[in-house]
Amino acid sequence: MKALVWHGKEDIRCDTVTDPEIQDPRDAIIKVTSCAICGSDLHLFHNFIPGMLPGDIMGHETMGEVVEVGSDVDGKLRKGDRIVVPFTIICGECDQCKRGNFSVCETTNRKRHLAEKVFGHSCAGLFGYTHLTGGYPGGQAEYLRVPFADATHIKVPPGIPDEQLLFLSDIFPTGWQAAMQCAIEPTDTVAIWGCGPVGQMAIRSAILLGANQVIAIDCLPERLSMAEAGGATTINFETESVVERLNELTDGKGPEKCIDCAGMEAHVMPSQPDTVLDRAKQMVMLESDRPHVLREMIYVCRPGGIISVAGVYSGLSDSMPMGAFMNKSLTMRTGQTHVNRWTDDLLRRIEEGEIDPSFVITHTVPLAQGPEMYQVFRDKRDSCVKVVLKP
Amino acid sequence: MFHFSNIVRTKGDPKIVEGGPSLKQPADQLARALGWFSIGLGVVELFAPRRVTETLGMEGTETLVRTFGVREILAGIMSLSVDKNAGLWARVGGDGLDAAALLSGLTPDNPKKSNIALALLMVGGIAMLDYRAAQDTKPRRPPRNAWRRLYPNRSGFPKGIESVRTAARQIAAHAGHNEVKQGDERVP
Repeated sequence: MKALVWHGKEDIRCDTVTDPEIQDPRDAIIKVTSCAICGSDLHLFHNFIPGMLPGDIMGHETMGEVVEVGSDVDGKLRKGDRIVVPFTIICGECDQCKRGNFSVCETTNRKRHLAEKVFGHSCAGLFGYTHLTGGYPGGQAEYLRVPFADATHIKVPPGIPDEQLLFLSDIFPTGWQAAMQCAIEPTDTVAIWGCGPVGQMAIRSAILLGANQVIAIDCLPERLSMAEAGGATTINFETESVVERLNELTDGKGPEKCIDCAGMEAHVMPSQPDTVLDRAKQMVMLESDRPHVLREMIYVCRPGGIISVAGVYSGLSDSMPMGAFMNKSLTMRTGQTHVNRWTDDLLRRIEEGEIDPSFVITHTVPLAQGPEMYQVFRDKRDSCVKVVLKP
Repeated sequence: MFHFSNIVRTKGDPKIVEGGPSLKQPADQLARALGWFSIGLGVVELFAPRRVTETLGMEGTETLVRTFGVREILAGIMSLSVDKNAGLWARVGGDGLDAAALLSGLTPDNPKKSNIALALLMVGGIAMLDYRAAQDTKPRRPPRNAWRRLYPNRSGFPKGIESVRTAARQIAAHAGHNEVKQGDERVP
């Protein structure tokens, strides 16, 4: 089969690889009908997250049709079922899964010893996302083996196009969880840093959850226009002071809720010296993340407010203003998304026409063009916001 | 065909049968080679400056050579990073500094001036490679004033934003009403 394979920094290739096989009675194989490139795939493209090996198949936003099931899956899934594959692999049986904390499933990370060394405890296995999270082959391929398939799936009905359902795998529940973590109240202003695909979903989620005002922060006109279309007031951080504008829009009080949808590769700008220093330190491996957005959120958030982190961070962040964080009584909530905790509700909202997540797709191309699309997406060429690949 | 990466695959996981085209261009390979060369040269300059100055007949400039070594290492690391273009331009600038330093040692009384001439020739050649690689690895991000497609009609709400806002307000009002009722019940 064809698959997008990681060969090193900025080197992803469309290789021919052997087809996946059932390895465990709880496995299923799906024929991929749609998959997507996620913003967090770019961290792997840049080799900023440790634990990738040449030959690893990329991709964790995937859906398709079940073509083979293991002996223990039968009943929960059958050949021909149409499923979206959550990016977190879950057993559905461990203590964390029972609590709904699916992204920290205690069972599915088959290389848990690596994660325990780095994070203290293991998190769930993830598709196509380094050997720290199991080294599972990803879904930017023609076929995908789904481990623990009896639990790791979202069954979806026929009649709704892939484009509306695919993002249940990651970005829609990720944006939703980012907003849910904020415990939004009707009087709240929610400020969202980063208007990439997850940021766009977070904006819509905050609106759906009844925020009084949603403010979106980015520097790319196409993304800001999409954010505005979704009901946000926008701030272009290249032409305006984020802190001043946020204070203006909140009568000097600051937003009650702040969401980070930018993560570890915050934009580098000479006018923000900390971003330049972070980049220099990241380059010589003195710091793994560039946490400018976290610093700015802590500075500008209204005292007593909530900071929700959906953007990916990989390791160590320097110069965090813990004094402001503590003295302002802020709360930080974060985590990889507990996808299956939210997908029943989100699927219902899609079916009822409350939201159509396909709005975010700007490019649809065959799988073989995937490697070039990584560059287009990274370079923000051709007004690219979200790429869907068709195997 | 043998693929080294298949050795580390977990049993049963897909293995590479035939590799596809690489995204790496010749300029990327050149940048990588120059990056490692820069680090190697920098290490020599940092840890064996006397050997360098003796070869060039420029004894007494060891501190300068050490400083240049640090610069070479930093430029090398930058050339190997995703910001390789900045690293390569830093190398081009460094080549200018190297040439200026070498020219300052090219005096009639220097018995090693032929070595300096050779070093200058090498710096010139490397500078050409650095310049070429820097030109060919320019970031392909569109300039700030480039034309961009905007998406003002992509709300994502098929029934319209106002419908969503109204529904959210109704849910909040309903929840608030329930809260008051519960509170009332507690009043004796």
